[in-house]
Amino acid sequence: MKASRNALYGGLLLLPAAVLLWTFTYQPILGTIVDSLFSTARGKRPAVFVGLDQYQRMIDDPVFWKAMGNNLVYALTTIPLSMALALMMALLVNSHLRGQAAVRMAYFTPTILPMVAVANIWLFFYAPDYGLVDRFLQIFGWGGQNLLGMPDTALGALIVITIWKEAGFFMIFYLAALQQISPTLLEAAGLEGASYWQTLRRVILPLLMPTTLFISINAVIGAFRLVDHVVVMTKGAPDNATTLLLFYIYQTGFGYWDTGYAAALTVVLLLILALIALFQFGYVDKKVHYR
Amino acid sequence: MSADFRSTPVIALTTVGAWLLAVLWVLPLLYGFWTAFHPAEFAARFDLSAPWTLDNFRRVWDAAPFSRYFLNTFFLVSLILVCQFVICTMAAYAFVCFPFRGSEILFMLVLVQLMIMPEVLLVENYRTLSRIGLLDTTLGIALPYLASAFGIFLFRQTFKSIPKELEEAARLEGANALQILLRVFVPVAKPTYIAYGLVTVSYHWNNFLWPLVVTNSVETRPITVGLQVFATVEQGVDWSLVTAATLLSVTPLLVAFLLFQRQFVQSFMRAGIR
Amino acid sequence: MYQWKKTLAGGALATLAMLALASGTALAKTQVTFFYPVQVGGPLTKVIDGYVAKFEAANPDIKVVPVYSGNYLDTTTKALTAAKSGTPPTVAVLLATDIFTLIDEDAVQPIDDFVKTADDKAWLAGFMPAYVASAKVDGHVWAVPFQRSTAVLYWNKKAFAEAGLDPKKYPKTWDEMVAYGKAVTKKDASGRVVRWGVGIPGNVGSAQWLFGALAAQNGVRLMNDAGNQTNLTNPKVVEALKFWVDLNKVHGIHPPGIQEWGTTPSDFLEERIAMIWTTTGNLTNLKANAKFDFGLAPYPGKVAPASVLGGGNLYIFKKAPTAEKEAAMKFIKFLTSDEILADWSINTGYVAPRDGAWNTAALKAYAVKVPEILVARDQIPVSVPEWSTHENARTGKVLNDALAAALTGTKTPQKALADAQAEIDRILKPYR
Repeated sequence: MKASRNALYGGLLLLPAAVLLWTFTYQPILGTIVDSLFSTARGKRPAVFVGLDQYQRMIDDPVFWKAMGNNLVYALTTIPLSMALALMMALLVNSHLRGQAAVRMAYFTPTILPMVAVANIWLFFYAPDYGLVDRFLQIFGWGGQNLLGMPDTALGALIVITIWKEAGFFMIFYLAALQQISPTLLEAAGLEGASYWQTLRRVILPLLMPTTLFISINAVIGAFRLVDHVVVMTKGAPDNATTLLLFYIYQTGFGYWDTGYAAALTVVLLLILALIALFQFGYVDKKVHYR
Repeated sequence: MSADFRSTPVIALTTVGAWLLAVLWVLPLLYGFWTAFHPAEFAARFDLSAPWTLDNFRRVWDAAPFSRYFLNTFFLVSLILVCQFVICTMAAYAFVCFPFRGSEILFMLVLVQLMIMPEVLLVENYRTLSRIGLLDTTLGIALPYLASAFGIFLFRQTFKSIPKELEEAARLEGANALQILLRVFVPVAKPTYIAYGLVTVSYHWNNFLWPLVVTNSVETRPITVGLQVFATVEQGVDWSLVTAATLLSVTPLLVAFLLFQRQFVQSFMRAGIR
Repeated sequence: MYQWKKTLAGGALATLAMLALASGTALAKTQVTFFYPVQVGGPLTKVIDGYVAKFEAANPDIKVVPVYSGNYLDTTTKALTAAKSGTPPTVAVLLATDIFTLIDEDAVQPIDDFVKTADDKAWLAGFMPAYVASAKVDGHVWAVPFQRSTAVLYWNKKAFAEAGLDPKKYPKTWDEMVAYGKAVTKKDASGRVVRWGVGIPGNVGSAQWLFGALAAQNGVRLMNDAGNQTNLTNPKVVEALKFWVDLNKVHGIHPPGIQEWGTTPSDFLEERIAMIWTTTGNLTNLKANAKFDFGLAPYPGKVAPASVLGGGNLYIFKKAPTAEKEAAMKFIKFLTSDEILADWSINTGYVAPRDGAWNTAALKAYAVKVPEILVARDQIPVSVPEWSTHENARTGKVLNDALAAALTGTKTPQKALADAQAEIDRILKPYR
């Protein structure tokens, strides 16, 4: 009885989302999977079924592997750093702080500013000799660095921008979650004489877990999705040192107009993300203390 | 809560730390202010005696029908925000309170949307819009974004952490499912709604490629299309114009943030008392 | 009362009739959709709107819908996405180098399909041959030159004077460029270079462009006209890259790593680099902001001076209805009339691609005010088409990667170019 009532209510509540998601996400994704099994149509030459050829091609494609390697570095640095910073920022601006509104706004600016403008501003920050970053480095005698123009530093320079952007973005969700913690729980901890760190560890962090799960999944996805600055600033240069997977998909899709191969790359990216998310979700969601 | 847990020097220290971080984070915006209000020759030079000017803004304003673009953008983000709130709340409520066989799998499927950039599906979605005759309309720009996996996921997480007692109490008072949603879940989740609203408004305010591709006329195009005129580098970056255009377009967002960030206050108590 | 009603009814009828008339004429008009990018700062969308209004006044049976479409890449994306869904624009300004991509996608129609009368032929013959050459494939002209540019050298006269050089003399050979570069390169007490001799942008998008000029200066072309053969292992090509690499490695007059296109003008304005290689389009910006005297010069040469062409052409989309395409042709002829090209050149800094445009009073007067633009024009006969092959974006990327590898020292010029040639051979095989 309850099961069928749930199915009815649940189904009705999900209907609008389901229709939209089907039309604008699942249907095109299915189309993409089909496309990945065909060669790219070129003008008068129609697409022909090639089976897994596009995937085979990927295995032999050095740029694909380079992009994967870069993305791994990118993910392993940006995810933990931006999440830790986000939590720290949220805790800071959740407490009573002088100039709270201004500080909150400062942390949120990366989310407000359009990425094209941001990329252009950072382009200036990274300019050798007179750029802000180089002027700072000159103080320590490390000036004259062409950070974006050298293969060793270019990816790092982009990682800094990503952390800047993502930390401010995630901060806002931690802040909202902190506001939803019942004050009685914190007072109880205070009465028991717990120190701030003890309260943080034993009360606040466990209560933030649902949000942390949300943020961590988004951080993983973000590490593969955030490539706007690559498009504007480096276009993968120098010599693919900053080519990330999604950027490579854009390039293949809209630069080379090789839709078949772009579709295959998209399917692979989707599989990677789905597997990670499934693992995160399946593993963590069971452990999260919800209510 | 800070007073309960921390001593005065610690508070002072964290305040300084918070401010240092804030300055670091706001540097690009500060640079934007500096460059937008000064002649182009000071774009790469900091000179306190540099003359101030509104000329960059004047040139930017003249280059595109910005007032019309503002109006379009305002309509677009309002449409998206309202629809997303309704559609995502409904879906999240279903996942949390009306679980049925297979709903877990459905939720996993929803998460798939998080992982895919709408740009990757550009050609397919353009074709769909063209078929239903919504090219070059505000609704057409909005449609692919109305059901947001990000929103559904976020609201699910928030709803799930609302104590069961609140829901039970409302049920004992005879509230039906809709009343429970509107009187318990939505009010307690208010900070989350604010956070989501700020994020989604910022995103769609700044979204570029999809609106550019599916619109042709001044009557439908959002502000980023006007902004983009200056963000091109064929002749090197003209930072004074890029930053002036950026400030022009994001000022409403900055104001909205300052107004709404006050709403990040305890929602829990007030919701509980009702 | 009755009278009032009657007036109202009459008014309503008249309005209806007018509406019907208006929609009737609207139906009779042929609509031309025109996608164009803006790559230059300033209120250029208004300039285009002005041209459209002027054209419509002269051709009341045609309605042109101008659509600003972002930068070149955005415009190509938008145009091809629309074309793939069966609703292409009628005409678009796209990169000259997109020609093979557009042909291979079967998206565009040759211009000569529309050139019928003697008048049409005379119009087509009026374009500078160098620009038309880069629009010719398989014996057809596929595009009409519109907003074209060329690469030039700017030099800081103040820095030259400081270094004891004649500020009026710009380098005409590679050796002179190196010698002048060494003279103007300046170090501070700690040995850090505060002013470099020369900067040649090598980021993705500019590297393959400017390398075309370097190779031409050494007497070789990078690819053939059919766009299916490249020439990267030619010793002269390797020598050209070695020269570029050595500017930093051996001579120490070029900043290390990849020089960024976007910051190059400010590098010049901040006097961080005394000679820069960039486009004619930068002139207005530099004139407005430089606090020192500078000059615009044609490129130097090793065998002979040479530069490279750039910019965008007008393309007609194949799948548009025939009536629209005929109307688009009229619009193209209007846009590339001497008067409009002269005006466009003055507004944007692009090099008008017709000699006739340079003979207009407007452009003549402008050239008196800004004589530098004549340097750009005079260089065009010795300019080569930019990198353009089948699968252009892909081969261009391979070449860019090779140049970056050599410039950042991860590969020798020889090895980088040999690898790139092998990769490009693989890509171009189906087109041979």
